[in-house]
Amino acid sequence: MESYLFPFDSLICMLLGISFTVWFTLLLVFIIVPAIFGVSFGIRRLYMKSLIKLFEVSELMLKMHPVSLEQEIHEMRRGGAEPEFDMSDIFYFCRRGVESIVDDEVTKRFTAEELESWNLLTRSNYNFHHISTRLTALWGVGVLIRYGFLLPLRVTLAFTGVGLLVVLTSVVGLFPNGRMKNYLSDKVHLMCYRICVRSLTAIITYHDSENKPKNGGICVANHTSPIDVIILASDGCYAMVGQVHGGLMGVIQRAMVKACPHIWFERSEVKDRHLVAKRLSDHVADTSKLPILIFPEGTCINNTSVMMFKKGSFEIGSTVYPVAIKYDPRFGEAFWNSSKFGMVNYLLHMMSSWAIVCSVWYLPPMSRMEGEDAVQFANRVKAAIARKGGLADLLWDGGLKRGKVKEVFKEEQQKLYSKVLVGMCCLFFFFCIHFFFLN
Amino acid sequence: MGSTNSTLLKIPNVEVLMQETGFSPAHIIRLHDRFKALDKEGRGHLCPQDFGAIKELAMNPIGDRIIGAFFSPGKEMVDFHTFVKILAHFRPVDKDRPKEPNSPELINSRSNKLKFAFQLYDQDKDGKISRDELLKVLRAMLGMQVTEEQLESIADRTIQEADLDRDDAISFEEFRKSLEKVNIDHKMSIRFLR
Repeated sequence: MESYLFPFDSLICMLLGISFTVWFTLLLVFIIVPAIFGVSFGIRRLYMKSLIKLFEVSELMLKMHPVSLEQEIHEMRRGGAEPEFDMSDIFYFCRRGVESIVDDEVTKRFTAEELESWNLLTRSNYNFHHISTRLTALWGVGVLIRYGFLLPLRVTLAFTGVGLLVVLTSVVGLFPNGRMKNYLSDKVHLMCYRICVRSLTAIITYHDSENKPKNGGICVANHTSPIDVIILASDGCYAMVGQVHGGLMGVIQRAMVKACPHIWFERSEVKDRHLVAKRLSDHVADTSKLPILIFPEGTCINNTSVMMFKKGSFEIGSTVYPVAIKYDPRFGEAFWNSSKFGMVNYLLHMMSSWAIVCSVWYLPPMSRMEGEDAVQFANRVKAAIARKGGLADLLWDGGLKRGKVKEVFKEEQQKLYSKVLVGMCCLFFFFCIHFFFLN
Repeated sequence: MGSTNSTLLKIPNVEVLMQETGFSPAHIIRLHDRFKALDKEGRGHLCPQDFGAIKELAMNPIGDRIIGAFFSPGKEMVDFHTFVKILAHFRPVDKDRPKEPNSPELINSRSNKLKFAFQLYDQDKDGKISRDELLKVLRAMLGMQVTEEQLESIADRTIQEADLDRDDAISFEEFRKSLEKVNIDHKMSIRFLR
């Protein structure tokens, strides 16, 4: 028995060995080397063009088959067959009616985002039930390609990218501070982020690169998902701002800060607004340090609007470089609903979509004008970003997504009252000491 | 931040409203803006003509029935609270909220959604959908697409399938039973903006 299996054993080993070598060589040539030098073979753009053709095909298929009840009724008229009626059919009209009552300019923009064609991802399949076998077959092939081929490839790349980031930044950290270290750290960061970009198959178009953020400035951008960071950081070097995490994120953060100064806050420090502001101002005052990357919205928005910008980052008083990021929803929904999905779930979603296509616009730098307070400045920047990215400029507070409405008036009263209390306490203390020492 | 807060403060009893309907502050503000946009003359309440001015609703086969659902019998005006409470029927069911045993039934529960749909059929509010009422709805939804005979046969067949106590009308319980397998949450919910 064993001698029977023996030749197969070595054959399998040989095949595995060859496939690994081929795989690794391809990886090196097509992904790692271009990532180091920042060039591209254009494979991803070709892929994107073929995906668009695929979606057009699916749209044609959909048009041939009635999707909504109305279309079904129209078909019946032609066919002369007796329409199948169900008591629940009224729901369709009822829903449409109520939608038109609730519908307004902004909601329309969002419902317009619901795709007219289907991008063959089940998760964006709101209205379409089984339409035709051909379309379902196409979808099935899509599933195979995405989960069987693309996902493993991407996960491998992601691990490579992150691993390299940790290892290389630690190595660079051993160098003495100086021009060499900064140069190497820039190169290392860029390379690793580019590998991560390829691991998500992100096809990014950068516009107006002459406005790229410079040292001593703050870069603000609208926030849709955690991968915004990777998208921006693969085109330029930034100092990141964030909370210290445990686990894998913590390891990455500690490694990164060895190579170049990022700003990581402890959980307790985050509440102290003055401390945060001071650290940020100190960083921008030093022009040898990289520009800070901040997302003032504070939470992920679904990339059709720009919500209220928190004023903290605009109080620091340095030049602000706004950046607008807009994702193309045809290829995959990039929005992260953090109350619904965890991070790992989200990343898996991202890696099993077709691709992530987005555009990045670098806007000209802005500074606070005379007589403008932080809130007005923040709104001005927000309007500029919204206009450029074609996003709706909403006066919403992103925090409304989760928590209760902040009662600003109450807070003011509480502050006043607490000041009075503290004042009285101080007086009391003073008297006590006085009394104590004088006796 | 000031503008959102001040809008909320202008609405009376907004906390109660949010609790009853389950809408978030952001939703309430959006609905309030929509209410104001529909109330073109700024009277603070809506009348049937304001609804009729919505183009898509006017084109809807059962548009007038939907408008009728907002106005309780005898009333010609809808204030903001009633507006929001009716729209709350269409909120998607909160799957994550745990079921509290003694809390009052949510406006957007499956049963209440069904009741809303039932009243669209049952215009004379006698608690039953008669053959006539069913025919009226069918005529409204299908219009000139089918002949009168086809309409009648559809109505007969529907009543035959759903009417369990053989009184030639569909009561609410029979209505509910016939829609047992239907995903009401999906069909009777609309995506309110976050």
